[in-house]
Amino acid sequence: MPFLPHTRAEEETMLKTIGVSSVDELFGDIPRELCLDRPLQLPLGLSEKEAWEEVERLAQKNKHTGQYLCFRGAGAYEHYQPKAVKHLLARSEFYTAYTPYQPEISQGTLQAIFEYQTSICELTGMGVANASHYDGATALAEAALMAVEATGRSKIAVSSLVHPEYRETLKTYLFRRGVEIIELPYQEGLTAVDELAGVLTNDVAAVIIQSPNFWGSIEDLAQFAELIHQQGGLLIACCDPLALGVLASPGELGADIAVGEGQSLGLPLSFGGPYLGFMACQEKYVRRLPGRIVGKTVDRLGREGFVLTLQAREQHIRREKAGSNICSNQSLCALAAAIYLALLGPQGLEEVGRQCWQKSHYAKELLAELPGVSLPFAAPFFQEFVVQTAEAPALINQRLWEAGILGGLDLGRYYPELENYLLLCVTEMRTKEEIEQLVEVWGGVSGGKTHF
Amino acid sequence: MVEKLIFEKSVSGRRGHYLPPLDVPACSVQEAIPAKLRRKKTPVLPQLTEVEVVRHYTRLSSLNYGVDTGFYPLGSCTMKYNPKINEDVANLAGFSQIHPDQPAESVQGALELMVKLQQYLAEIAGMDAFTLQPAAGAHGELTGLLLIRAYHAAQGEQQRDKVLIPDSAHGTNPATASLAGCQIIQIPSNGQGEVDLVALKRVVGKDTAALMLTNPNTLGLFETQIAEIAAIVHEAGGLLYYDGANMNAIMGYARPGDMGFDVVHFNLHKTFSTPHGGGGPGSGPVGVKRKLEPFLPKPVIIYDRQKQRYRFDGERPQSIGRVKAFYGNFGVLVKAFTYILMLGGKGLKEASEKAVLNANYLLKLLSQDYEQPFAGLCKHEFIVTPPKTKEGGIRTLDVAKRLLDYGFHPPTVYFPLIVAEALMIEPTETENKSTLDAFAAVMARIAQEAEENPEILHQAPHQTPLSRLDETQAARRPVLRWKAD
Repeated sequence: MPFLPHTRAEEETMLKTIGVSSVDELFGDIPRELCLDRPLQLPLGLSEKEAWEEVERLAQKNKHTGQYLCFRGAGAYEHYQPKAVKHLLARSEFYTAYTPYQPEISQGTLQAIFEYQTSICELTGMGVANASHYDGATALAEAALMAVEATGRSKIAVSSLVHPEYRETLKTYLFRRGVEIIELPYQEGLTAVDELAGVLTNDVAAVIIQSPNFWGSIEDLAQFAELIHQQGGLLIACCDPLALGVLASPGELGADIAVGEGQSLGLPLSFGGPYLGFMACQEKYVRRLPGRIVGKTVDRLGREGFVLTLQAREQHIRREKAGSNICSNQSLCALAAAIYLALLGPQGLEEVGRQCWQKSHYAKELLAELPGVSLPFAAPFFQEFVVQTAEAPALINQRLWEAGILGGLDLGRYYPELENYLLLCVTEMRTKEEIEQLVEVWGGVSGGKTHF
Repeated sequence: MVEKLIFEKSVSGRRGHYLPPLDVPACSVQEAIPAKLRRKKTPVLPQLTEVEVVRHYTRLSSLNYGVDTGFYPLGSCTMKYNPKINEDVANLAGFSQIHPDQPAESVQGALELMVKLQQYLAEIAGMDAFTLQPAAGAHGELTGLLLIRAYHAAQGEQQRDKVLIPDSAHGTNPATASLAGCQIIQIPSNGQGEVDLVALKRVVGKDTAALMLTNPNTLGLFETQIAEIAAIVHEAGGLLYYDGANMNAIMGYARPGDMGFDVVHFNLHKTFSTPHGGGGPGSGPVGVKRKLEPFLPKPVIIYDRQKQRYRFDGERPQSIGRVKAFYGNFGVLVKAFTYILMLGGKGLKEASEKAVLNANYLLKLLSQDYEQPFAGLCKHEFIVTPPKTKEGGIRTLDVAKRLLDYGFHPPTVYFPLIVAEALMIEPTETENKSTLDAFAAVMARIAQEAEENPEILHQAPHQTPLSRLDETQAARRPVLRWKAD
């Protein structure tokens, strides 16, 4: 059997030492009527070669971004992953370790997380960051619970332009806690700030704004910060860390908690996971921040080192009084983000952001020239933008897909009132030629290059 | 610290990665972004060449201890060997480079893998349906309790909000119950380390939502009265939740579904070896009996027999909703699927058999020098406590730190909470007899050192890059990030 070392002779010796005559005796404590009286109905067990071929067969049934041109984002983004990221993640001292409970032999993971926390604080303009959360959606949901606890209030206001799946997750998390969710309407591609006054009362724990929002537009976070702070509530900003090389940080704009999806920092699309939820907050809320946190300390001889700290917040110490139940998080994904940021540096990150900005704006201009395509919103956007079409989105996307292009997301799926609106994404990955190909196929000028 | 911080190695102007030149007409970002939305202060990120970054993280990795480094008997964490093929399958372009929002026709392989994994896990658990959405064990627990609450609510029993949890439970159980808006009632263990039935009967009632149980429990003991426990809870109208952290003990021998559990979660990063990643990503799929299926998180992934294709099903009016964006930690699912393919039903059973064999063998060896609070055989893990000494006794922390000097990862310490000075040891099935013998010999030697030279234990570790770290100072004066001087 693969991965099992026991020889027959060793097994005999071990059983003798234990003082039993057979392995079955070791399972004698399981009541007979509860024992499974048949073999598990599973595959028979394959050699590595056979398993590889079977799994590869399944992989080959999928179309991947090496085979089509991706113009879709909506919470999962195709960016370039420098080769060094994958190579360093493949160091098995990182990936075969457990949570760093024994700091003396875990300084590698601990220091990497400390450095990750520093980079997240720098990007978000926040005082402290945790070691990671499951993904952007769950980080957002737990930030809302954190705000509820911190303010002792029972309502959360969330923009309707926060990622729909994040809002669904938020609802799942808050429902049984009796927290009321107020959804804020949109206007001109942005969260309708004018309609806030009546909604943001002094029983609202926090307002949640995503920027760039789900439609790609950049929200004026400062305005929301001011309004909610007047009522004594908190601003939770949900953002794409990759955009923060060019966009003002949530901290600068007055946010109290910053969360978001860190997949854009060097993690593959991987069909939606594993991704990286990041979570940072103003220093005064540190003892309410959920999840692992690494801190600096000294050893017995006064040398500096790192440990998991402020554990009195956590489930294994506080049990039912803990602010969260999180234990395993996305440590290796946080490591990937830290390596990505170290490779790019501030100039590299700014350049990626600038290229996403410029390429998406180039695509927008070309598309707007097509007959039947218009731009419904004037708000500044980062790498995603909405176009309105005369033709049904399904037909456009069908034509694009047949030409090897994954087109935009039909917003009608999440916003039934929006008929014929497409959300497109153009990252630094797309070349000028590829953008022009999109426009040509869209406009029916060309059949494109790739055919599946 | 042993290695300078990456920020301290940074030199302004260096860079580790370059982009292709911009090939579209440049519009000025300065002009395009309104001033108030623009970043003014450049973030302080490291500035290094690729080789410097690679060396930094390679050196950091060398300060770590993983399963590939050596024996890792961390109780309840199932630190078994992680097959290398797992890393490669998850990196296949057909899995790692697919967008979660591609047309379903273009991800039939991914969906087939997920549906099959759901079926495999259901067979192993004795359950009817699975969701792969939860990202970790604790996330699975939350999903499970929300499912249970939704089920009760659908029966018109909104009032069921008490969750019964044994005092030996993982900390995530009570924390999860609280996160799900429930109140916790702790159930004491009896003298054999199992659930006290009298105490259980006293607290079950019309307000019982569920009993959360790990079986074998955290003492490594099979709850032999599980059938009675299930009957008591079910008769009171409550449901049974199975914490699958310890599933590695009984695969193919017994199934939570047959024991009466209604909801289970598995930790794929433990039992199915995906690996643990230094603190994740994990994966915590949740399985349920038929009556709870309508409440599973959406979308559900199914095989449409009529159309002969796999697809998402979001039409689930009774669903508890999403528990995360997209469909789960997919890359981790690919690894667990591959692991199950390689072991097969027979191999999984043999893995459990050898995990239990190894644990009992090691327990026997250690019981020469260490106290065994619960007599008898164990399942995949067990508890021992340090022996009494002339000085009055050594502390578990000292044993753990001294083990580091001998090149072993220590067991889980001070858990479960019901045993003072607990050392919780789980050798797993992939360790050979020589390793177990060597570990036992070192443990015996440490017991001897405790008698002869206790100071060497108090001062341990001596051989690691850093000696014992001051956790009190870290918490009292938190330094949680680097700052430029």
